[in-house]
Amino acid sequence: MAQEQQRPYNQGEIRYLTPLSVDTRKKKYCRFKRSGIKYIDYKDPEFLKKFLNEQGKILPRRITGTSLKFQRRVAKAVKRARHLALLPYVTDLMK
Amino acid sequence: MNKYETVFILTPVLSDDQMKETVEKFKKVLTDNGGNIENEENWGLRKLAYPIENKNTGFYTLIEFEGEPTIVDRLETAYRRDEKVIRFLTFRLDKYAAEYAIKRRAVRKAKQEERAAQEAAEKEAAPVVVEEAPKAEEAPAAEA
Repeated sequence: MAQEQQRPYNQGEIRYLTPLSVDTRKKKYCRFKRSGIKYIDYKDPEFLKKFLNEQGKILPRRITGTSLKFQRRVAKAVKRARHLALLPYVTDLMK
Repeated sequence: MNKYETVFILTPVLSDDQMKETVEKFKKVLTDNGGNIENEENWGLRKLAYPIENKNTGFYTLIEFEGEPTIVDRLETAYRRDEKVIRFLTFRLDKYAAEYAIKRRAVRKAKQEERAAQEAAEKEAAPVVVEEAPKAEEAPAAEA
């Protein structure tokens, strides 16, 4: 008797493959606003590399969490650095 | 009077004095047209991220100067005329950029002094190391 009661109850239960905590992601913030950086230097490739992925492409805002104003400045600085061959246009496993 | 900074890359094929001469030439172009040069940095031979004109290294030079906007056109025509320059970029510094440039200069100078101090220290330490080496070689030889 006990088992039957349990079985219908078990079938109704939805088992999650991944733990529920995945969707509570940590709040993203714009690192420039928080650390008060006002100017992004295009001559400093090490700093700009934090905003590029392995292939050397610029990371989107939804990943880095930077605000629109600073994302544009990062993009412009990266493009200037690429023009001066401080950063590659495309590469593999840059980091 | 705006503040500008310009970075240009010279081909690595040049000898040192040719390289200095071209840098002097561009500085003269700036001073002739009423600009005053605030800072000049020579990053030396650096590896390029991608080959330019089939060359993989280049002499980077940075010049920070102040002047009228017309000065930039003259500078850039001078760049275009000179075939030793393979790439150049001129950039107008706004308020924050100028602040950053000044801070960067101080940091760079401090680092250079530090490096110089380290090199001086290493030079003093070097002779001591030389004396130890021979002793070490004799000891194992004697045992074997």
